[in-house]
Amino acid sequence: MTKFPIPDFQELRVRYPGVFDRPVSSRLAIPSVVLGAFAVFVVGLVHLGFSPARMLAGLHQLGWITLMMIPPDPGSSLRLYLTALGETLSIALLGTTLAAVFALPVSLLAARNIVPSNIFRFPIRRFLDSIRGVDTLIWALVWINVVGLGPFAGVLAIGVSDFGAFGKLFSEAIEAADRKQVEGIRASGGNALHEIRFGLMPQVLPVIAGQMLYFFESNTRSATIIGIVGAGGIGLQLAEQIRVLEWQHVSFLILMVLIAVAAIDWISGKLRFAIIGRRAIA
Amino acid sequence: MTVAVSVLPAQQLAALNEAYSKAVARKRLRLTLATAVFFAALVIASVGAEVNLRTLFTYFGHFVSYFDRILTLEDGTRVWTNIPEWLWGWKKWSLLLGETILISYVGTLSGAVLAFAFNFLAAENTAPAPWLRFTVKRLMEFCRTVPDIVFALIFVIAFGLGPMAGVLAITIHSIGALGKQYAEIVENIDMKPVEGVRSTGAGWMSCMRFAVLPQVAAGFASYTLLRFEINVRGASVMGFVGAGGIGQELVVAIRKFYYSDVSAILLLIILTVFVIDIGTGWIRGRLFGKDRHA
Repeated sequence: MTKFPIPDFQELRVRYPGVFDRPVSSRLAIPSVVLGAFAVFVVGLVHLGFSPARMLAGLHQLGWITLMMIPPDPGSSLRLYLTALGETLSIALLGTTLAAVFALPVSLLAARNIVPSNIFRFPIRRFLDSIRGVDTLIWALVWINVVGLGPFAGVLAIGVSDFGAFGKLFSEAIEAADRKQVEGIRASGGNALHEIRFGLMPQVLPVIAGQMLYFFESNTRSATIIGIVGAGGIGLQLAEQIRVLEWQHVSFLILMVLIAVAAIDWISGKLRFAIIGRRAIA
Repeated sequence: MTVAVSVLPAQQLAALNEAYSKAVARKRLRLTLATAVFFAALVIASVGAEVNLRTLFTYFGHFVSYFDRILTLEDGTRVWTNIPEWLWGWKKWSLLLGETILISYVGTLSGAVLAFAFNFLAAENTAPAPWLRFTVKRLMEFCRTVPDIVFALIFVIAFGLGPMAGVLAITIHSIGALGKQYAEIVENIDMKPVEGVRSTGAGWMSCMRFAVLPQVAAGFASYTLLRFEINVRGASVMGFVGAGGIGQELVVAIRKFYYSDVSAILLLIILTVFVIDIGTGWIRGRLFGKDRHA
């Protein structure tokens, strides 16, 4: 084995001063940021009422709850829970579809290559932003006030909050579309509607379909959540069982949600591959 | 200058047309079938979700007038004509908003630190053993699939009412979500620098520190900031189940029909989310330059 010569650090230091002597400000930057972040963290812990005693007591309680959850058991209400799961899936599907149907025309208006003027686009974008700024749960509470308790309120809540997200995502997909095909349509004598229908839509629709599938999957989770405030579905059962401390039912319901989400994940993955092909995803 | 496009003779055209319609027919059939299945699913779903269009149309006025009502003060004037009256509770609310941001900050940071510790076990190229990788990945999946508010519900019972339950719920959820994203970044790194560092005789820690970390730090920071943004939204509703933050105040206002309070709190939440979005966007821009908005 050959022995490497030990480099002459003194000489290197003289030759490349910039490498060895970084300015103090840049050397201090990272430690000071880390220190600041940590300080805020500690202040947060104190302010939010963390204490080792509470933590220990809570963990003890949590361990006990976990033990109580085993084995998962639906008791006599399996049928009820299956219906509730179906309700949740229905909420997710209808909410996603509703959102997409309304978001598509709006996203055309929000896309730079369709409406070049800023006058429409800016207010529409801000409008979509404010819808997205409000959580699905809040929309659910609002809709419960309007159409009453039940899954229908959940559908509308998911529809509204995803409308904001879809509007943004669709308009970005439209802006990313290739200009050349639209120009081709125009060159062969098509009008503005033809351009959108034959030049833009074939490019955009697969992306939109992929996003809808993805949102359907994530909405299955959201639909679980909004049940907690009374918008139907499996979340309602879950919140109720947690409140009455039926831990075996709780773990069963959580398992049901996990399995349903995994199944939808798998199916929507297959469908996405079928629609946009393997290349576009990887 | 006009160029005449020559039209093919009818015979040739017919053959071409036939070939075209044959090629398209299969695609059309599949599309029609898919549409039919989709609509059938929609109909089944509407029955399952008790969709009632009549209720919607009857009460849609309520939805519109709801916004009318939340924008009206008790004395019947519009909220923006008397802003001090509208935002009467701004001191209390901004404290609660601060608490909300703090909840998501502490939750995101502890989640990020734990995810950082776990992600090297979950990434394909750094995992020490396949069974460990499998276990950690499943655990992370569990953490991110169960909604954070469900964790909050359970933690409220275990740890008592208050922001602590919210922080822990966000921590657990962030471990799952960030762990996955971190591991994906680590899987995508260039292994050559690692080999380079190893060839100088460095140990595992030095490899991670000098070859892996510089490649992944920017991506990690970017995803963590995004997660912080998402968690601020999440923390704003933690109060619905008693886990601290502004949500408690909001749910009381909605349930008790304190209309102008609802709009005031919503406005403050939206503003906060905007500010956080813009702030984290600015930090990301500063950290990684304009061209990388990952």
